[in-house]
Amino acid sequence: MEISIAVLLAGIAATAAPLVLAALGETLSEKAGVINLSLDGTILLSAMTGFAIAAKYDSIAAGFAAAAGTGMLVALVLAIISIWLGQSQVAVGFALTFLCRDLAYFLGAPFARIPGPQLSGLPIPLLADLPFFGPILFNHSIIVYSSFIAIPLLWWFMYHTPQGLIMRCAGENPEGCWAHGIRPRVVQTIYTLAGGALVGLAGAAFSLATKPGWGRPQGCEGVGWIALALVIFGGWHPLRVAFGAYLFGFLQMLGILLQDSFPAIPAQIFQVAPFPLMIFTLVLVHLGRNSKGNKLFLLRLLSGTPPGGLGKNYRPS
Amino acid sequence: MVPDLYSMISLQDIHKKFGTVSALQGVSLTVEPGSIHGIIGENGAGKSTLMKILTGFISRTSGTISFENKEVSLQSPQEARDLGIGMLYQEPLDFPQLSVLDNFMAASTDGNPARQRQMLTRLCAKFGFELNPGARQEKLTVGERQQVELMRLIRDQCKVLILDEPTTGISVAQQELLFATLDQLRSEGTAIILVSHKLAEIHSLCDRVTVLRHGKLAGEQERPFNEDGLLQAMFDTLPSKTSPPPQKETGASILTMEQVVTTAGRVGLDRVSIEIHEGEMIGLAGLDGSGQSVFLQMAYGLLQPEQGRVTSPLHEEDLVMRVFLPADRLREGLIAGLSIREHHLLAGNTSFILTGASGRARSEQAINTFSILGNTETTAEGLSGGNQQRLLLSLIPEGARLILLENPTRGLDVQSSQWTWQHLRDRLPEDGAIVFASPDLEEIMEQATRVLVFFNGSIILDRPTDQTSYQEVSRAITGQVEQP
Repeated sequence: MEISIAVLLAGIAATAAPLVLAALGETLSEKAGVINLSLDGTILLSAMTGFAIAAKYDSIAAGFAAAAGTGMLVALVLAIISIWLGQSQVAVGFALTFLCRDLAYFLGAPFARIPGPQLSGLPIPLLADLPFFGPILFNHSIIVYSSFIAIPLLWWFMYHTPQGLIMRCAGENPEGCWAHGIRPRVVQTIYTLAGGALVGLAGAAFSLATKPGWGRPQGCEGVGWIALALVIFGGWHPLRVAFGAYLFGFLQMLGILLQDSFPAIPAQIFQVAPFPLMIFTLVLVHLGRNSKGNKLFLLRLLSGTPPGGLGKNYRPS
Repeated sequence: MVPDLYSMISLQDIHKKFGTVSALQGVSLTVEPGSIHGIIGENGAGKSTLMKILTGFISRTSGTISFENKEVSLQSPQEARDLGIGMLYQEPLDFPQLSVLDNFMAASTDGNPARQRQMLTRLCAKFGFELNPGARQEKLTVGERQQVELMRLIRDQCKVLILDEPTTGISVAQQELLFATLDQLRSEGTAIILVSHKLAEIHSLCDRVTVLRHGKLAGEQERPFNEDGLLQAMFDTLPSKTSPPPQKETGASILTMEQVVTTAGRVGLDRVSIEIHEGEMIGLAGLDGSGQSVFLQMAYGLLQPEQGRVTSPLHEEDLVMRVFLPADRLREGLIAGLSIREHHLLAGNTSFILTGASGRARSEQAINTFSILGNTETTAEGLSGGNQQRLLLSLIPEGARLILLENPTRGLDVQSSQWTWQHLRDRLPEDGAIVFASPDLEEIMEQATRVLVFFNGSIILDRPTDQTSYQEVSRAITGQVEQP
């Protein structure tokens, strides 16, 4: 079997695009101190909304906008109940996951298995014809390009702008923020919503590009949990989180490729394998974190400490 | 110098309630520009609360604040910052995982890293601080973290600078540097408020001092200060003494510490050497977090010394011989959801299979002898503070020879306190000792046979209670001892 490296990498870039967006969205909200555990449900609900709106109005752009709006709406519910009303982020997020999932299947039923619009490729003139890099980087749909751009953009925002600093401060020590004259709850709300919008886009990226269409199951179930794990795996750093997303994309691609080589093994094994493999990698990283001193370079690169105020609701007295 | 005709900041009739508890009751205060105003008082006197109200960090229940003779609402730190009121909090409220430069830049109006780095370097040079802008904040000492915060406040050109116990946990060299900085700021016209409980600091720095006690104004003095007057205002006057503690014959040594050093807790322990004898009732005095609690944990064996030795004839493994009753009864001493009966079952001698009747007789007996208001099935959290303490005391095993207590009467009313002390006196074993920490000096002088005063992790006074005075001990608490 012959596999061109370029084709493999291009495949990874395309499959991982929604995951990159979702994981970056979660990074944004967790770096500001808010755990949005509703990710898996949010992705599914926004995938449904995105597809339904796009199909109904025959507009891909409207679909993406509706999906981003859905993501923000779920994030807003979380923000109000936990940041402003002081309820546990984990409990609220968990409940929202299942609520969104069931809502998606229920409301999406009329749109199941119907033909709908699909995002087409948008090769960038000239650049797409470059040998090797052309197909990897410049022959994709617009959502894949967005995922490429989002990575450095988010990194630059978080570490090189005053707003990014304020956002990290809010995640690190909301009480300190308040003492510094910043309103931590307002900051946290903003980035929870922004993160939610990215997660919503990830949903539409599934239903309008990567796994086009709507149905039960859609095929993006479980990805939200992987995105949540990736944020931890990536040490809350956007570049490392994105790296983790591509690693997962690679495992998925490997599954597809190996499936052809080993027809005797049931296809389901290959579909499911990336999940336990990812968990295995996470365990390795954590083992590497605990042993002092002689950490492997890769493990040292990937480990990080969570924001100091993660998951805690702050309320000025 | 021409005296300024207006006050920089003025607080009128400030009240603050936390739930039903009054933390401040009608405190008024006026601070002039170009002066250092000291706020002094015991733990829980309301000093920090008053300062946090001044920065809008916490809201006030009632009262007015004027800044430069104009009334201001001051409902948030943002408002305080815009007016030019800055505060150095007792526990640094910074961002440990971020760099020094990020901490310096946080919430600044100018987000240009290059300019801010330059500013930080320039300010450091001016005040003689050595800070590496790229270092992570959490790697810094408390003193250095404070310096970063101070630089930030100076950069923002604060007109009012509040420092809450700034010398806790910083080195002597850092303290000198800090004082020099404050002196310089005062000469530049900044109004500085220094919260402290160390009289020496007040003496060397302040122009004026306000004393708070139990959330009320207890006195105000201008330089030169009358120290006895300040002490009298700070601490409650001695009420009529109850019966003096029974002086028992002291016997053999029961616990020895030799040159014990640790960095645990806020200030750690610094070369503590002490011998505890049979028959002693020892009171640990000192300001909150001066080492008393670390000392108790060390004596119990919860902490191991980093240097030095702790020796005891009581067997290491035999924890039954030593008992430790921590300050936070419900969180550390008892298990909130378990009943009195279940606590007694946990305490030992339990049969292999538990039934509803197991331990009933034992706990009923305890309820009677310790007059606990509750039945065998009342949970620990269902008991009042006094009854929780009774339950804890009832759990002390018969053979205990070293009983360590942290604030044994914390949150108890007079009656419960008296009962507790009576019980402890009766309970003091012939071949054992009781060691207790208390923030209440009167209690120590009344109940203990020997007092140890902690200051910044060292024992600076060690006397039998009948050979010292209330004056001497309260002086020692603020760090002043007459050198023999």
